[in-house]
Amino acid sequence: MAKETTGQLQVYNRYLRRKRTALAVVCAAAIVVALYAVGVGSIPISIPEVIRVLLGGGEEMARTAVLNIRLPRVVAAILVGAALASAGAVMQCVLRNPLASASTLGVSQGAAFGAAVGIVVFGGGVVNSANATTAIAIHNPYIVTLCAFVCGSISTLVVIAISQFKRDIGPGGLVLAGVALSSLFSGGSTLLQYFADDTKLGAIVFWTFGNLGSTNWRELLILGLVLAAALCYFLFNRWNYNAMESGADTAKSLGVNTRAVMLISMGICSLLSAVAVSFVGIISFVGLVAPHIMRRFVGNDYRYLVPSSAVAGALLLILADTFGRSIMAPVVLPIGALTSFLGAPMFLFLLFKGGRNNG
Amino acid sequence: MVNVRDITFSYPHTSEPVLEQVGFDIAEGECLAILGNNGAGKSTLLKCIDRICHAPEAAVLVDGKNVFTMNGRTMAQHIAYVPQNAGAVNMTVFDAVLLGRKPYIKWDTTSEDREIASRVIHQMGLDGYVLRNVSELSGGEAQKVMLARALAQEPKLLLLDEPTSNLDPRNQHEVLQVVRQIAREHQISVAIIIHDLNLAIRYCDRFLFLKGSKVYTYGGMEVMTPETIEAVYGMRAQVIQYGEVPLVIPFPEEENSGGTSRTA
Repeated sequence: MAKETTGQLQVYNRYLRRKRTALAVVCAAAIVVALYAVGVGSIPISIPEVIRVLLGGGEEMARTAVLNIRLPRVVAAILVGAALASAGAVMQCVLRNPLASASTLGVSQGAAFGAAVGIVVFGGGVVNSANATTAIAIHNPYIVTLCAFVCGSISTLVVIAISQFKRDIGPGGLVLAGVALSSLFSGGSTLLQYFADDTKLGAIVFWTFGNLGSTNWRELLILGLVLAAALCYFLFNRWNYNAMESGADTAKSLGVNTRAVMLISMGICSLLSAVAVSFVGIISFVGLVAPHIMRRFVGNDYRYLVPSSAVAGALLLILADTFGRSIMAPVVLPIGALTSFLGAPMFLFLLFKGGRNNG
Repeated sequence: MVNVRDITFSYPHTSEPVLEQVGFDIAEGECLAILGNNGAGKSTLLKCIDRICHAPEAAVLVDGKNVFTMNGRTMAQHIAYVPQNAGAVNMTVFDAVLLGRKPYIKWDTTSEDREIASRVIHQMGLDGYVLRNVSELSGGEAQKVMLARALAQEPKLLLLDEPTSNLDPRNQHEVLQVVRQIAREHQISVAIIIHDLNLAIRYCDRFLFLKGSKVYTYGGMEVMTPETIEAVYGMRAQVIQYGEVPLVIPFPEEENSGGTSRTA
């Protein structure tokens, strides 16, 4: 028997090495693309020069462009992409729904409604600029961000409250509750847009486009800390998520408190998404597509799926943002529209390539 | 020895209990068949034993220790449960079996966990399927994977909910043979929900008939009588001896009224 089991273990260890290689490759790709993205702009900067600047050297002009303008934008893309994608992977598991993402629970729509409230009701306001890339800008980003976060979180709290009030509600019921909330918030946003004047309407639409360039280091620090805490929780529960992939009853019989894991995971995913969306606006499809791409390489094993989805989400968002900045420069295309535009065909491709992936 | 005591359970928003004061014992290495009509509460009984459904008064003693006082992780080291149609799992066979070590895993699997998973896969004859996706296997193979996962838990009590449903006759016998063999070899107590009375007679040591949320009768081959079968299933039947094998021959309704009953 020892010979057979040794053979099996060798085969399995090779399989695990393939997963680790996939994770290493996507990490390496994300680093290279991030360095390249920092160099893209009106003044092109080579990757070696970017590295010199990051290590504390480089020319003054390059330092200013990299550290003050481009690096925050790329770091925002990394953090937001990682946040949305890791939250998407976990939500797809705990809700047993491959279409679960921040939108499924109404977080994105809630945040969009909150931003609209901040602009129209609390005077987030707008200023017009001569610069083509910032023809419309949010005048008071903090109130808009705060409102977006509060309303995005309300979706989460309502869904969790429903699950506490009606304890026999399953993952399907929670998704339906999220769809209902999305509809409610979308309706609210439409009404606010209907009554808003032209400039406020422009600001609302501008916010929903998504904008990675609007974040500062303090916001990035907040997002980074929330992301780090969430990833710690997700990784700590990776074996629970693996068990939940086998169904709720099997997971319970393996000692998993499925209800607690589902509720806490959902709460963390929704808050993580709400923080990300409130800082940069609506960014669709990354949370949905990145986990599905990585499932093709690492399967449904959350030991690898959580970190690789986070890195893939970061990579996708950097690529989309770099594409949006360079394709019609100096005009910057809205990141939210680009992720939807590029994400939809990518998702359809994955769907048609089809079949069940190997666990 | 496993002692199940006082399982009374009602689903929320219903006044009728699904189970009332159900209790029984299973010796080490023994297979108990849980029998009864659809809706008799058989699956609920297994879920109550594994605390998936909460029966407040109940107690399940494994070697004298009440597992209901343990946390979920420790309890899962004593009881393994394979639900109905559990084979639709989108992961590799090795990963699915390794999941059985979940109650023992702290941060990550140890080499011992992987060796146990590997040994169980070999015992179940699944060596050639290590990296195959469980959802792509046949019903019989997938059922063996789920059994392997449960055995990797190294339980004292194994609960199987209709492990032979959706299997062809050959696979039904193969799966039950494996279950009985492993129960005897590893001295595991097994409770199996089964609909085919002849399979139950062939592979189980004792029988528990549920009727109207209660235990109708419970014991060895002596309880497998035409009277019990008629009372529990509402259908006449004969129990005959075919060589050394007892057989249940049911008589459906039309034959009951037509007076065509046969005897051995």
